This record gives sequence, structure tokens and C-alpha cells, in this order.
Amino acid sequence: MSEELIPIYIMGKQYMVPPTLTIMKAMEYAGYQLIRGVGCRGGFCGACATVYRLPGDYRLQIGLACQTVVQPGMYLAQIPFFPAQRAAYRLHELQPTFQTLFTLYPELMRCLSCGTCTKACPQDIDVKQYMADAMRGDIHAVADRSFDCIMCGLCAARCPAEEAQYNIAILCRRLYGKYLAPKAKHLLERVKEVEEGKWDAAVEELKGLSEEELRKRYNARDIEPE
Amino acid sequence: MSYTAEMRESIKRVEATRPARLSETWPMMSPAEKKEILEKFHPDYIREGMREIRVGVSKGQRMPLELAEVMEGHSHLRSDSLDLEQIDYDTDVLVIGGGGAGASAAILARENGAKVVLTTKLRFGDANTMMAQGGIQAADKPNDSPAIHYLDVMGGGHFANVPELVEALVKDAPLVIKWLEDLGCMFDKEPDGTLVTIHGGGTSRKRMHSARDYSGAEIMRTLRDEVRSYPEDIVVLEFSPAIELILDDKGQCAGAVLKNLETGEHLIVRAKCTIVATGGSGRLHYQGYPTTNHYGATGDGVVLCYRVGARLAFLDTMQYHPTGAAYPEQILGLLVTEKVRGLGAQVCNVEGKQFVNPRETRDVEASAFIRECVERGKGVRTPSGMQGVWLDSPMIDIIHGPGTIEAELPAMVRQFGRFGIDITKEPMLVYPTLHYQNGGIALDVHGRTNVPNLFVAGEISGGVHGRNRLMGNSLLEITVFGRRAGRAAALQAKEVSLGKLTLAHLDKWERELKEAGVEPKIVSPILLPDYTRKVR
Ligand SMILES: Cc1cc2nc3c(=O)[nH]c(=O)nc-3n(C[C@H](O)[C@H](O)[C@H](O)COP(=O)(O)OP(=O)(O)OC[C@H]3O[C@@H](n4cnc5c(N)ncnc54)[C@H](O)[C@@H]3O)c2cc1C
Ligand code: SF4
Ligand code: SF4
Ligand code: FES
Repeated sequence: MSEELIPIYIMGKQYMVPPTLTIMKAMEYAGYQLIRGVGCRGGFCGACATVYRLPGDYRLQIGLACQTVVQPGMYLAQIPFFPAQRAAYRLHELQPTFQTLFTLYPELMRCLSCGTCTKACPQDIDVKQYMADAMRGDIHAVADRSFDCIMCGLCAARCPAEEAQYNIAILCRRLYGKYLAPKAKHLLERVKEVEEGKWDAAVEELKGLSEEELRKRYNARDIEPE
Repeated sequence: MSYTAEMRESIKRVEATRPARLSETWPMMSPAEKKEILEKFHPDYIREGMREIRVGVSKGQRMPLELAEVMEGHSHLRSDSLDLEQIDYDTDVLVIGGGGAGASAAILARENGAKVVLTTKLRFGDANTMMAQGGIQAADKPNDSPAIHYLDVMGGGHFANVPELVEALVKDAPLVIKWLEDLGCMFDKEPDGTLVTIHGGGTSRKRMHSARDYSGAEIMRTLRDEVRSYPEDIVVLEFSPAIELILDDKGQCAGAVLKNLETGEHLIVRAKCTIVATGGSGRLHYQGYPTTNHYGATGDGVVLCYRVGARLAFLDTMQYHPTGAAYPEQILGLLVTEKVRGLGAQVCNVEGKQFVNPRETRDVEASAFIRECVERGKGVRTPSGMQGVWLDSPMIDIIHGPGTIEAELPAMVRQFGRFGIDITKEPMLVYPTLHYQNGGIALDVHGRTNVPNLFVAGEISGGVHGRNRLMGNSLLEITVFGRRAGRAAALQAKEVSLGKLTLAHLDKWERELKEAGVEPKIVSPILLPDYTRKVR
């Protein structure tokens, strides 16, 4: 590390850290052994939501600690847990309708369409738009638009209407996946075959082969073209 | 954080050779060349990187040094540290680990009538499962069959796999895809409902199912939401890792001691059956390698199970993914998907010259990168002292037309773009990264270990994949064996009667360490990697 160190403020305390680090690595460099606010370290799990402010700017900014590089004078704190409500439901008892969304999340209709959530989303999801889709009962659209959601909670943390956007989104994705997506006929057929034991003998035969014979068969496989 | 001046010099050479390389195919290695390069450069073959474990039921088995050290550690507890009569949770089935295997196990255990406690170290779902991008295998197309899948798995595993486990894996595969769909997983489909399937390394049929770039995340968040639908039957404890398994006076597994990571308090769970599903161990950084794994992948489960006498299998083989990010530092070790090479990107050294065909198998490809950097000194140096080779991503748009990279690799474009590198215009610097624990605790087709009432499922286990796992078979494994273990544990719990709880095995463990002359330097399981005041 030959570079100059820069000051950052973690929960108000100053630390000097290399300027190339992510917020997460800078916190570790500063001496934190992280327990909360860390998971995949690669932008997939949503565990590391962080709020920060830069000097001379009154606005609060947000980002994922594992994906955001520190800046000089950054003031930061983590919000690794956001107590948003998940409605009580069992998917197999539901119907894929607007009524379901509204019954489970009546606050849905309080959305102001202000767009704060969209600005907050580190995955560049148009959260406001999927909330609008939800208000129209377009479950497919919500499922599609919210697909890259990592459930970090940043949208909910900033929402003036106190929505739990990402919980509404996963409900829609599950409703879509179970009830609305077209069924794969080849899958249902294969499941039936397996249950009827259609493939048992073929697998049994392979299980009984010597390693040498198995190797031969393996090397002679025909490969489906790209 | 764009490239340094020195790196840009090297990139110029990559650009200079590009036009000629476009029509040049580097020859694939012969079997003899492959054997030689693996034995000389693959981390599994580096003698100094491995040693035998000196204590326990599988004494004498080889494994990476770092793992052996953790396995031979002292316990966090002493046999008399705790009053085991003070039970905090009394349950039928205890599931340790909130990844895909643990969640599947919890759902099936409940369905089969058990009360369940699921405990996990970080947040529920902060797990390797969440990070899988590629997909999940299942033979459900008409031109494919469980038997063909079986052959692929065996060949991939160098024929060392346990046949019964592979049989369970391939026969359950279509059932598991259907199960996931019924839980609301959104797999990629054609408009008529046909599942989109593609090839993966080592497949002879296109049977890799995906959910865009987020296959593992889609499975994980769905399973997690399902678990959360039954709070009256499944108690979920987060930030509460297991630090030791409890036995009873008949030698049966009888639950675990947990530690509340925030308060340090110990919790005692008594369980008729225990399922350990704690995943892999990439964060032990074998031989100093960076890793693709999540923060909690510290091999805790193998330590816990081994201390109560569970047998090991294949822990001497780890999977190194050839293309981990070597630069920028912020994403060091993170997975660069195989698709980049699949789409035609070639690999070049510091001089912009090719040295290996990009389509060799993972182990051979990784070994070639290591040889280029370590033996031939033709790697590209980064400011932090790492080395890497170029993966020439801009070729993809030249071969397949502009816009291909953005359309096919959005997660990669986003990942590098966040740090100022435009992979549509500049190559990516890569080096092998520690990816997957091929072996672990030995199990039968129901996830049972040799210790009564102790089950395992998922990456912690060893035998399903033999000596090498094929991409897409571990998301499959965690759901297949998570479900099997969950069901079997729930049914078995109905028959179990537990005796008096004890940690006497810890005394035995200490005695064995002493007799073997082992002086542990650490306390294990280690729970969290120590990155404080370091850059990792
Ligand atoms: C980047 C990446 C990409 C991958 N891509 C693919 C792919 O495309 N296809 C594929 O099939 N496979 C892929 N894999 C592999 C696959 O994702 C994993 O092998 C699999 O998900 C492991 O699941 P698991 O449930 O066994 O473990 P995990 O999902 O890792 O879950 C284990 C859980 O146990 C918890 N835990 C650990 N220790 C303790 C303790 N002491 N007490 C309590 N809880 C504990 C952990 O915190 C974690 O939540 C990939 C892996 C990675 C890292
Ligand atoms: S921030 Fe809240 S109120 Fe504003 S658009 Fe988003 S969901 Fe609606
Ligand atoms: S939609 Fe909300 S929870 Fe999901 S990624 Fe965006 S900000 Fe995070
Ligand atoms: S740690 Fe998972 S998104 Fe940052």
C-alpha cells in the first residue's frame, strides 16, 4: 500500500484508510471485525446497505458497502437490518390476483409515486414503477421488473409511505412462478417417468459397471451440439 | 479505479495482437500435457500445501494445511463449561446453516411433521447459494435422461463419486425443479413453457437451468420466503452459529451449542436429529488464494462433525475457478463467469500473446494461468503485488456484434463498471480463485453420517461429486440432499429417545490431541475470517 491514506468517519470516528478500498474493506482496515452488514462481499446478498454523506453536501447517500469505494471525508454508518414487515401467508393458499396483494399489503395503495425508492436502489431497479405495476395488479410486470432485487432494504429505508417494496416484489415473483408462468410439459412428463421408475434400470446398469467400462462409455458419449 | 499506466502498456499489446488472434485457435492440450501441467501447477497437487490430519476417525487423510489446522483446533468450550440441563430450545430437528441446503431441509422436515429450529451464522440467506449465477442441472428434456446425467457426473468426478449418491442426485433432479417451480421459482422459459437449458462444463446435453444471472439468488430467496411462512413450526435464529455439537450418553448426536454473536451468550438446543448444512470453506484461503465464497464460508461444519466422530471424504480436493477477478482490488477473487470464455474471449499474457486455449477444463485452465505467472513470469502485476492474465472481453463484441457483451453479461458489466472498468472496451485481469469444496463429511443417500442422528447436506458433504464437481450440480445437490436429509431426520426423530446430554467428547478430543503431540494454535470453528487491519 504505497498510496496516501485518506480520512473517513465511521459512526463519527475518524480513521485513515487507503483510498482504493470499498467501504466494507475500509471498515476492516480500520479494525472492525464485521458481524452484521456483510455477506457475499460481491453485490448479491443485500446484507451491506450503508448510508453516507460527503463533506459539504447535506444530502444523504446510500449504497452497498461491498460495492462502493470510499471517498475522502465520507461520513458513514451501516443499516444492516431493516425491520420491514413481511405479511403472513402460505403461497399455496393464495390466488394470483390484485386482491391478494391488497389484502396482504394494504399499505400498497399509500405509495406516493415519489420515486425516492428508485433513486435509492443499488441494482438500478425502477422500484416506483414496479409499485405502480402492483397497484394495477400486474403481477407479471412486478415479477419481471423486480427480478434483480437483492432485498437490501434501501428502498424501504427511504420510503415516505413506509412501504416494504421488496417484500411485495417477492410475493409477486412467487405468485408468478407458481401460478402464472406457462407450465413446462417436458418437465411434468419426466417427473412422472421418474416416479414410475422408468429410468431405474438404465441407472442401475451404469451403477454396476466397472470403472474401465464406465470410462469407455463416458468417452464415447455423443455431445449435443451448441 | 481504471488501469495503471503499466497495465495500460500491456493492454496496448493485447490490442495489437487482437486482429491476428481473431483467426487463431490455440491448440488444446494432449492428455499427457494436461497430466503434467496439473501435477506441476494445480494447487491440489502442491505437496507442501497439503498434509495428513493427525487425530480423529479419519486420521491420515490428506487435506489443505489451513483446513488441517482448523480441524485440529481447540474447542471454544470445555466439557464442563456449560450446564447442559439449561435447555433454551427443545426441538425435533435442528438445522445448522441457513443456505439452500439448510432451507430445503427445514421445509421438508416440517412437512414430515417435525418442529424445527434453523440456526445460522449471518443473516438467513447470506450464503454461497445466494451467489450462484450460472444455473442448476436436471435431465428433463426428451433427448436427455437421468442415466446420461449419471455418466456426466461420474466422468466429471473422475469416477471416484459414490454411485448411490449420484443416482439419488440425477433421479431427484427433475423432481426438484418441479418442487422449486411449485414454490414459485422463476426459471427461464420459452413462451410455451419449455425450460431454457444450456450446456455447462462437462455436460453432454443442454441441461443447465437458469434464472437470468441470479439463479442461486432466485432459489435462495424463494426457499427463505417459504421457511418464513411457517413461524409456528420453524424457529429461525440468525447471527447464532453453532460452536459445538452435543452428544448424549448413548453416543447419539443430541443438538448443539450456539453462540449469539452479538451478546456472546451461549444457547443450548436439544434436538432429536441434527442436520449440518454449513456449506464450504473458501474463506480459509488455501495456499493464500482469494475466493469467490461468501464471508461465512469458514468450514465450521466439518470441524463440528469431525469432533463428534463423523468420517471425512475427498477433503484433499478443492475447486479453483480459473477466472477470478485479479483487479481491481475491490473485487479481488470474485467470480468472472465462464460465459466470458464461452462467448469467445481469449486469454493473453503480459505481452498480449495467447498461451492456452480458453476452453480447457477448469483445473487445466487454472493451472495454465498459474504456470504463465509463476514459472514463466509473464503475468501482469497489479499495484497490490498480485498477478493476473488478460481475459480479452472486447473480442466478444467483435465476434458476435456490438452490444453482445451488455446483453449477455449484464452482471459482469455492472460489477466492473462500478469500479471504472468498461469490459466492452478493455480486457479483464483474472487469476484462479478458490471456489468450491469438493469433499467433506461422508453421507448416505438420506444424508445420514456414521454418527447416530447426525445428518449433513450440501457443500459440507463429500462423495456426491467425487474428486471434481461440475457446474450446476451443486445447486442441485443442496436441494436434493437438503430435502432428503430433512425428510429422513423428521421421520427418524419420531423414533429417537435421547439420554443425558454431554460434551464429554471434548475431553476425549483434547486427550487425542495431546497423545498425537498436536499443539493447536487456534480455537475452532473459527466462525468469522479475521480481516481486520488487512486488505483482503
Ligand atoms: C460465486 C459462486 C458461484 C457459484 N455458481 C454456481 C452455479 O452456477 N451452479 C451451481 O450449481 N453451483 C454454484 N456454486 C456453488 C453453490 O452455490 C454452493 O456450493 C451451494 O450453494 C452451497 O449451498 P449450501 O447450502 O451447502 O451452503 P451455503 O449456501 O454456503 O449455506 C451455508 C450456510 O451456513 C451458514 N453457516 C456457516 N457456518 C455456520 C455455523 N457454524 N453455524 C450456523 N450456520 C453456519 C453460513 O453462514 C451459510 O448461511 C457457486 C458458488 C459460488 C461461491
Ligand atoms: S419511495 Fe415509497 S412512496 Fe415513493 S415511490 Fe417508492 S414506494 Fe412509493
Ligand atoms: S428494490 Fe429495494 S430491496 Fe431490492 S435491491 Fe432495490 S433497493 Fe434493494
Ligand atoms: S455483502 Fe452481499 S451485497 Fe454487499
